[in-house]
Amino acid sequence: MKQVIALILALLLMVPAFAMAETDKVVKIGVFEPASGDSGAGGKQEMLGMQYANLETPTVEIGGETYKVELVYADNGSSTDKAPSAAQLLVSSGVSVILGSYGSGVSIAGSEYFKEANIPAIGVTCTNPQVTAGNSHYFRVCFLDPFQGTVLANYAYSELGATVAYSLGELGNDYDQGLCTYFGQAFEALGGTVIHEDFPTNTADFTSYLTNAANYGASVFFCPVSIAYSTQIVQQAASQGAAFPILGGDTLDSNVVSNAAKGTNVDVVVTTFYQEGANEAFDTGFKAWLGEDSEAMTNNGGNDIIAGVTAMGYDAYYVALEALKAAGSTDSKAVMEALPGVTYDGVSGHIEFDETGDAVRNAAYVKKVNTETGDWEFVTEQTVG
Amino acid sequence: MSELQQPRKKPDRASILSVIIIAAVYIAVFIAEQIIPPTSMLFTVLKKGATYALVAVSMNLLNGFTGIFSLGQAGFMLIGAYVYGIFTIPVSARMDVYQYYSGGIVQFTVPVFVAMILAGLAAALFAFLIGLPVLRLKSDYLAIATLGFAEIIRALFQWDKLGPVTNGSNMLRLFPNFNDFNIRSASGEVTVYLSTLVPMLISGFCIALIVLLIRSTYGRALRAIKDDEIAAEAMGIRLASHKRTAFCVSSFFAGVGGAMLAMYQNTVQAKSFTTAMTYEILLIVVIGGIGSVTGSCLSSFLFVACSEWWLRFLDQKQVIGNFEVPLLRNGFRLVVFSIIIMIVVLFFRRGIMGTKELPDLFRRRRKTPNGGESA
Amino acid sequence: MFNTVFPYLLSGISVGGQYALIAIGYTMVYGILRLINFAHGDVFMVAGIIMVYMVASGVVPLWLCIPLVLVLTAAIGFVIERVAYKPLRTAPRMSAMISAIGVSYTLQNLVLYITGGLNQIYPTIPWISGSVTIFGATTKMVTVITPVLTLVLVIALVFLINHTKIGMAMRAVSKDFETSQLMGININFVISATFVIGTFLAGVASLLYFTNYTTVIQTSGAMPGLKAFVAAVFGGIGSIPGAVVGAFIIGIAENIIKGLDIILFKAGLLKGPAGLATFSDAFTFALLIIILAVKPTGLFGEKTTDKV
Repeated sequence: MKQVIALILALLLMVPAFAMAETDKVVKIGVFEPASGDSGAGGKQEMLGMQYANLETPTVEIGGETYKVELVYADNGSSTDKAPSAAQLLVSSGVSVILGSYGSGVSIAGSEYFKEANIPAIGVTCTNPQVTAGNSHYFRVCFLDPFQGTVLANYAYSELGATVAYSLGELGNDYDQGLCTYFGQAFEALGGTVIHEDFPTNTADFTSYLTNAANYGASVFFCPVSIAYSTQIVQQAASQGAAFPILGGDTLDSNVVSNAAKGTNVDVVVTTFYQEGANEAFDTGFKAWLGEDSEAMTNNGGNDIIAGVTAMGYDAYYVALEALKAAGSTDSKAVMEALPGVTYDGVSGHIEFDETGDAVRNAAYVKKVNTETGDWEFVTEQTVG
Repeated sequence: MSELQQPRKKPDRASILSVIIIAAVYIAVFIAEQIIPPTSMLFTVLKKGATYALVAVSMNLLNGFTGIFSLGQAGFMLIGAYVYGIFTIPVSARMDVYQYYSGGIVQFTVPVFVAMILAGLAAALFAFLIGLPVLRLKSDYLAIATLGFAEIIRALFQWDKLGPVTNGSNMLRLFPNFNDFNIRSASGEVTVYLSTLVPMLISGFCIALIVLLIRSTYGRALRAIKDDEIAAEAMGIRLASHKRTAFCVSSFFAGVGGAMLAMYQNTVQAKSFTTAMTYEILLIVVIGGIGSVTGSCLSSFLFVACSEWWLRFLDQKQVIGNFEVPLLRNGFRLVVFSIIIMIVVLFFRRGIMGTKELPDLFRRRRKTPNGGESA
Repeated sequence: MFNTVFPYLLSGISVGGQYALIAIGYTMVYGILRLINFAHGDVFMVAGIIMVYMVASGVVPLWLCIPLVLVLTAAIGFVIERVAYKPLRTAPRMSAMISAIGVSYTLQNLVLYITGGLNQIYPTIPWISGSVTIFGATTKMVTVITPVLTLVLVIALVFLINHTKIGMAMRAVSKDFETSQLMGININFVISATFVIGTFLAGVASLLYFTNYTTVIQTSGAMPGLKAFVAAVFGGIGSIPGAVVGAFIIGIAENIIKGLDIILFKAGLLKGPAGLATFSDAFTFALLIIILAVKPTGLFGEKTTDKV
């Protein structure tokens, strides 16, 4: 009889899944973000932007009626094998539009499910070109890796005066691999040499890779990796007394990384989407919210420095609202049709989509860590024509 | 055991009943697919469950029926998934997928079902090679050696130098998936939904083959090896070749399972085929009952349903009236889930089915010869 | 050439010492229960998490945290044995191993829940976190301390096993479980003591390891645990000196592999990068399989070796 009881218990567990009753006039926005895993820290910071935007603007006018906006979360666990079920969960909960994800690999892995269900997705900080290429349902509000890689290569070559660069990526991470490739192409086009190596997932010991860089005579260490790894790299570089600066992409723009570099001699330089101070109202409002909500503060890494991805999450939420307004309906197909025409002036700049669904952007901020205070300092704004 | 010791005779009532039940399940799935929206989590669970069921049964064939404690399942699934992906990505899409390797070197495709068989064969070939040094080892050493092989295979498939074939560590995608089994009208509208039924049929067909193998004289020899290797050898069973065959057959179906997983996930990436995946499948086998095919199938669906669907509500804040249920936040689902697993492992050691199969449930209970209690 | 290779050796010896301390836990438990304690690596990770939270709470001063963490870790080892392994002592060996996998799964998920899946930064322990320069290579103090501390602990442990009453009991139990029970040895006590010692050493390893690699996450224990286990098998599971030697070999080998491209390149054997660093984890297992193919019970896995 045990198995019968087990079955009955299992069936009883199903009840809450069905019991979530629908209330009227609610529009659901899916949040497809990692809340755990290597990119968990970044995903949470990106979600903070959406949550703050949702607090600020909890309703939207669609077709003359006021809808309450509900964020539906699905944790894709930073891994491409957990992404499908997270994507399915969002699809089955009937969302009108999806935001995310932090990390290009999981976005690509989830993409097919959104496509099949005719739900549009707005990539927030997934910078790999493959996310939107060949798709009519995936859009994105950030810049792309070929652009970012070029900016970084230019900076490394011209500003840092490097001729040999060492680039390190995680095996099987599309973001790392993509950005390393574009960086390498651009850097070699400038006349430099790039040595690229990969490390397996769950590596904690980067000392030998740092030694490799030194042995190759690299004068810049490029590692556009997840926050989890970059903090390790920064700290281990510090204890090895590494002579080269560490260069990273938008993932490194997080106070978690700047905290790791605080009190060391390591230079950390990144390119990113947003520089604190660009929008006073957003900065103060967001910081005030963090001050009140201790959970949000924890998710932001324990202090109130604003990460670039947070600003992007904030903008993406408003882009989604604009699309809903333009569609005049909560039907996901209508939203998809409306999205290409949406324009929005966000805290990270003007957003409009090109024919692939990518935001037209030609500027990136370069920031570096002030190793005494642990703050990010603005270095320059780079544009590529 | 009782079933195997009976002489062959006409199928009894219990067997016929079992066949009817299985057929009814398939018909129910077919009907459900036509009337329930395809976005329902039910179908996700059924697709993934069917995939896991096949892999779990293949693992059970080794661990439960032959007594070879192998932990290499994830590695064989990886091979299957990659072979499937490599041979089915449309040539037109290869430039996009192999973007860093200028389209890769494989520039043709084979039909889906051929690719699935190739996936199984490739896994079986690797198993044969791995088996040469490994199958001589004893229990724990064998477990860790197979686990090690899975890790080596994972690294090999991620190696940059093999990039033109495996796309390095980057994902394979854009190959045909389960949704391509749906029958569409000329305008692209789906007329008959088959995206869940077909994987369940494939999985069911493969499992049926394994059951036939288990019930053959070959399967009885495998059981004899499990019970006592020395005695089996004395009875004239050739240990090495039997073990090798079981290992290759199990890997074949793990490879097919890998191909199905690729179709379920839409993408393949070596990174995700970790030891954790092997452990997950091992837990499914244990929960279902080591030595029961029915158990492995049932527990696959239960396991997938619990982890992907039924327990999801534990990850979100729930408010009943004015009462906010404490503890509920991201990750709680997995805590509850692992506690359930520990309870099963510690207190229901025989799993859901013990060593019984579906027809046994309809037979009159009696003491089994090895003294196992009827649950 | 020496200057090129030395930093890898240094990293290897350091991480090898940390693997050795974990491997001893595996090998002792296996010697007595014939159980692969898959949860051992996760206990090591939990020790790291406890340290993070204890220091973050600010209630306990740092110098007190270290012994407290070690005691708590040992207590966890004791509890795990009592709850998850003791009821299965008479069950088939596979049941206990699966229970170990279950415990590993539970610990990881529990930590995932508590930390919310975010990386926790390990607190800085003064002095051992400092930098030191030897032979032109700069590294953390802990890198140098690890092998020394490991050897001291191993010598103490070997003394405990060979010259104390509990050590004699452990040896007896590992030789013959049933007979030693009949001879009046308190089996439960011996097994608990084994787990307490094993997890205590894992606690020490976690202090050293996470001081070096300062991030703790729920999966942090998986790879070091697996590698330490491989080290134990490599050296001949059940043999403490074997585990230590195996751990150092594996630690050094994996770091050499990471730098093999440049080493071969500088030696003129390689024209360009071959991406061999991809195999840093896999090589450990390849080494294991080669050893098992040649010596199926590992390097020191002779029957004559003292099994504990």
